[in-house]
Amino acid sequence: MSGVPETGGGWTGAVRRRSVRALPPDKLLPDTQPVYMASWIYVFGVLTLASLIVVLVTGGVLALKGPAWWHASDVGKYVNSLHLWSVELFMFFMVIHLWGKFFMAAWRGRRALTWITGTVCFFASIGTAFTGYLVQQNFDSQWIAGQAKDGLNSVGIGAFFNVLDFGQMLMWHIVLLPFVLVLLAGWHILLVRLRGIVPPIDATAPPADGTTREAA
Amino acid sequence: MTGHSVSDGRVLGAPIDLNGTGHYVHWGVVQVSVANLVVVGVMLVVFVAALLLPFPRGRGRR
Repeated sequence: MSGVPETGGGWTGAVRRRSVRALPPDKLLPDTQPVYMASWIYVFGVLTLASLIVVLVTGGVLALKGPAWWHASDVGKYVNSLHLWSVELFMFFMVIHLWGKFFMAAWRGRRALTWITGTVCFFASIGTAFTGYLVQQNFDSQWIAGQAKDGLNSVGIGAFFNVLDFGQMLMWHIVLLPFVLVLLAGWHILLVRLRGIVPPIDATAPPADGTTREAA
Repeated sequence: MTGHSVSDGRVLGAPIDLNGTGHYVHWGVVQVSVANLVVVGVMLVVFVAALLLPFPRGRGRR
């Protein structure tokens, strides 16, 4: 890249050169896509991401205002419902995204790590949603915690992950699991940019050098 | 408007009665609520529709 020294600059310079080589700006934020991407099945990844952003923003508002607000006030109940329904849509879109990528064998073309980070994101999302149900502070959450403790104790993790401990479950829900989920989702998206979207099984991927051809 | 406030839950009430016990489907060891079964069915319909419905062609594709 012009203007960027090829050597020196210490470890920050080395990281910068390596980052720019791996993900130049036109690859990180592309303005063209292969013609085979013109299918609704390719939309569900970004729908999942959009839902996740709504989940995080509404969850942040709930954390700022507190349970007395989301249980009692009209606006609080509304934001609480937005948080719930954006999660419902998040899981809905993510599973359709998963089906699409599974039947497309999306791990082809050195995309195994993209597939793996997506899969781990899916499991982290289940854990985050589960701990969310546990911290509703209503009879539903008490029932779920009471049922879940037996299952978790039977596999020996009840002492470390105690679903009856509200404070511990709240911290898992609003700190640890969202941190892991956002980290993995960011890594997943960077890998999609790095390797490109997977072509359909009978399609040919465009050249990696960025040259373009007209859509058919 | 019928004069009810939003907070009493009647203006934005669900089109079906959600109060009361849930309905479940049993199939051997498998047990699933009708609500979850409906969601899974809608997901399958959306998945098939996403594969079959034409996508509007735009510029900027290579």
